[in-house]
Amino acid sequence: MNPTTITVTLNGEPRTLAPRTTLAALIAATGQPPQALSTAVNGEFVAREARAARALRQGDAVFTFQPITGG
Amino acid sequence: MSCTAPFRIAGVELQSRFFLGTAGYPSPQVLQQAIAASGAQVVTVGLKRQLAQGGAPGDFYALIRASGVRLLPNTAGCRTAREAVTLAHMARELFGTSWIKLEVVGDEHTLQPDPVELVAAAAELARAGFEVFPYCTDDLVSCQRLLDAGCRLLMPWGAPIGSGQGLLNPWALRTLRARLPGVPLVVDAGIGSPRDAVQALELGVDAVLLNSAVAQAHDPVAMARAFRLGIEAGRLAWEAGIMARQDMAVPTTPVTGRPFVL
Repeated sequence: MNPTTITVTLNGEPRTLAPRTTLAALIAATGQPPQALSTAVNGEFVAREARAARALRQGDAVFTFQPITGG
Repeated sequence: MSCTAPFRIAGVELQSRFFLGTAGYPSPQVLQQAIAASGAQVVTVGLKRQLAQGGAPGDFYALIRASGVRLLPNTAGCRTAREAVTLAHMARELFGTSWIKLEVVGDEHTLQPDPVELVAAAAELARAGFEVFPYCTDDLVSCQRLLDAGCRLLMPWGAPIGSGQGLLNPWALRTLRARLPGVPLVVDAGIGSPRDAVQALELGVDAVLLNSAVAQAHDPVAMARAFRLGIEAGRLAWEAGIMARQDMAVPTTPVTGRPFVL
């Protein structure tokens, strides 16, 4: 039987999603412009154009990164 | 406009030998003014993992973009090659540049680069088409390994990041200059005052990268200008050729013996 939901983490916070929710959909749900951040799943970079094809799985750890000042 | 000749690094020609960091300024406006006063054509930026609710990058990024300088993103905070490679790919996408200041820290107290992880990350990133600016120690053999890995330039430290101690090992930097004559060298980290920058340029390094010494000054904009002048002075001195030191006095005025022979 297929689960009705999956749980992933977004920047360390648990998120309950429908199975096969894409990374692109998760990012869209944050309300941020997709080009304003970069993404990694389980420590691996996922390019912007690949987010729509990346279905999230139970336990995936999603991280988003934004520009900051730096030395 | 710089009074020194342009130089080439990472395939581009730059007038300014001053790379400026963008962190820790009193305000984005002061940062913008400091960039202008520095004459820098390259500034460093970073990435951070967002908090759970996300967040906007703030107006600093728009101001930096508006200043027209080249961006050099860093991989600050990384402890392994794997982390640094992932962050570099994110930076390339986010900032639209294949330049990456590669930082892989091996010690928490000194933030000393990990030479093994650094070489591993540099090799992978070079293969992936990045222009790797490796933040490294001044160890000659480690530097040679980075060149073997595909780096076209090196960024040896002067002293630990943010310490402002100046050049702790001028001999090592002179050695790098002598043994790697065609490799662009950028002294990165540890510069505390313009005299440190002058010293670095007088040693023959090609450029310096600094942040805290400007950002933490009482007047960052004035300090940016002070460094700009110091960097130009140091470079001109290197090009002009600095006189050899002597242990004893050498008379300057061409007199004939003592003035009065009585």
